[in-house]
Amino acid sequence: MSFSLHRFVGIAYKELIQLQRDRLTLGMIILIPLAEVFLFGYAINSEPKHLPTVVVMSDPGPAARAYVEALRVSGYFDIKGTVDEREAEALLDRGDVQFVVTLPINFHRDLVRGLRPTIILEADATDPMTVGSALAVQSGLRSSSSLLRDMPASTPDGTPPPFDVRVLRHYNPEIISAYNIVPGLLGVILTMTMALMTGLAMTRERERGTFENLLSTPATPFEVMTGKIVPYIGIGLVQVTLILLAARYAFEVPIVGSLLLLYGVVLLFIATTLSLGMTISSVARNQLQAMQITFFYFLPSILLSGFVFPFRGMPEWAQDVGSLLPLTHFLVLVRGILLKGAGPALLWPHIWPLFAFMAVVLLIGLKTYRRTLD
Amino acid sequence: MVTAPAITVSGLSKHFSGKAAVNAIDLTIHHGEIYGFLGPNGSGKTTFIRMLCGLLTPDGGSGSCLGHDLVREARQIKRKVGYMTQRFSLWDDLTVRENLDFVGRLYGVRQRRDAVTNTLRSYGLADRAEHLAATLSGGWKQRLALAACLLHRPQLLLLDEPTAGVDPTARREFWEELHRLSTEGVTVLVSTHYMDEAERCHRLAYLADGHLIVHGSADDIIQTAGVTTWVIQGATAVHRAAFAQTPGVTELASFGNALHVTGRDAGCLATHVPSQARALGLDARLAEPSLEDAFVYLMRRHAQRPPT
Ligand SMILES: Nc1ncnc2c1ncn2[C@@H]1O[C@H](COP(=O)(O)OP(=O)(O)O)[C@@H](O)[C@H]1O
Ligand SMILES: [Mg+2]
Repeated sequence: MSFSLHRFVGIAYKELIQLQRDRLTLGMIILIPLAEVFLFGYAINSEPKHLPTVVVMSDPGPAARAYVEALRVSGYFDIKGTVDEREAEALLDRGDVQFVVTLPINFHRDLVRGLRPTIILEADATDPMTVGSALAVQSGLRSSSSLLRDMPASTPDGTPPPFDVRVLRHYNPEIISAYNIVPGLLGVILTMTMALMTGLAMTRERERGTFENLLSTPATPFEVMTGKIVPYIGIGLVQVTLILLAARYAFEVPIVGSLLLLYGVVLLFIATTLSLGMTISSVARNQLQAMQITFFYFLPSILLSGFVFPFRGMPEWAQDVGSLLPLTHFLVLVRGILLKGAGPALLWPHIWPLFAFMAVVLLIGLKTYRRTLD
Repeated sequence: MVTAPAITVSGLSKHFSGKAAVNAIDLTIHHGEIYGFLGPNGSGKTTFIRMLCGLLTPDGGSGSCLGHDLVREARQIKRKVGYMTQRFSLWDDLTVRENLDFVGRLYGVRQRRDAVTNTLRSYGLADRAEHLAATLSGGWKQRLALAACLLHRPQLLLLDEPTAGVDPTARREFWEELHRLSTEGVTVLVSTHYMDEAERCHRLAYLADGHLIVHGSADDIIQTAGVTTWVIQGATAVHRAAFAQTPGVTELASFGNALHVTGRDAGCLATHVPSQARALGLDARLAEPSLEDAFVYLMRRHAQRPPT
């Protein structure tokens, strides 16, 4: 099949002009990512205080009371009262309380004897952002002045007697950290805008009747598809850069790994999603259908990729479905690069599935592209 | 090669969900000819034209266009053909110049910028070059569409109802342009509903529900129909009924205050129509049958044909 650079450039240029005339769409493409980053970003930064807490007081001694008082004074824990173990569990299950603090039997005695008793702090970590700061605060409690003052048997140099606090996170053992939101947002925004924009690109021609004109010219399906994709690659890169800048400078999300590798992965993901969009638009008969198919793809992408629910916490079948979605692999890749500084060799198991997905989708797209009006 | 026809098809057919939109059409169109396509809405004109330029795949028959096979060599055909769609199909959100420029790129037009500028000038579009296509009026859109499909200097023009909704002056200019192109050797296939345009074509074809019911020059077609027309001056609706009963009359058509009375049996008409007119105090005159009279008769004959 012949490929003409003239025609390819022509189509890409036309698409750019049309895009630039469509101010509303253009505005959305730029503003939506920013709005979402700031929305989620402030959720990241907000420090929820006064989280409902109940105490299981197996030893109502002064040391235990001093610890609970110290939690209350910190401002993060709102002590709702003392309950027994069974009720505490039920409250946590129902989500009525965020924390259950269990002080062991003989806490006071063991403390004085230097036996390192263990306090158990159970957290409902469904929303890790909510409990994150509270948990961070409690680990600093050990040296708080009120605890020192009221705790028996503090050593003269100001260290409280040794005890342990074991934190048990329920419902979200993987602890998606606040920073994980940014890679997720990158993927979700790219999926949404890239698939939708290209999904609409071809159906729009069909609905406006311009497709007949395009078909009557010598332009080949491949030239049309690639020509229409290219401008959106640029847009995708702009979106990614905006999100990364906002994440880095407004919310101080660390970027540990190589930016080059990150952009490489982003490009691959953009190309994959655009191919999907083009294929959707060859399959769909009109813009509404294109939109519906895109959402049909978008929902599982959000739910099963590990963006909303921790991937390892999902049932097996859900994980299997998730593994077929590009977003799943993209999330692992971006988290790996951004937060852990992972290199390409380590990431390869999540890179090839993206290539595979793209190849399959492009093949379907070229097969279903209508060369005639039949 | 000079003698080879520009378009030749035989038995060309296209069905949509079992119903024939184009039914086994045989047709030959010569180089440099202006060939008119007439027929009521839904008669298959657009479908036929789309098959010629590779937009629809025929499901019966065969044909060639500019020496290329209709099915196998659609790509070569597309390079040499300019197709103007029935509905305006350029890009509304591009300017006049951008539309031409884009089309120029798709056809790989050499020295595209100059070609576009020249076209803008020669079609009087220069003043509107920076206007969005969406803002143009019907006549200007038609000009732009014609300019766009001529930019790559095609050998064959396929024009699907190009003058629908265009004012008479613009139509006249349009047809002057077609004749100029024809003398340059460009073949033109144009569909239309206007009789005056039909008369400007070298040859014509008349389609009715997918069948080619007659073709040839305007004179040939009138001959084929073999009808005789009398014109009754001053006849009103009141008189119509009387003529409808007159023996030999098959068609009545009003033109201003004249009534055209048409039939195939010249002798029968000659004995009955003038006497009927006199009886009503009117004047009857034998006239040259018009193309329209011929088409009306042929249409009715086609509709009454025994089922096949
Ligand atoms: N894409 C299509 N799908 C189904 N039927 C069609 C299609 N295009 C045309 N037809 C039908 O084929 C017949 C001929 O239509 P068309 O070629 O548009 O006629 P014309 O151009 O003479 O008005 C009509 O009955 C029309 O409904
Ligand atoms: Mg038509």
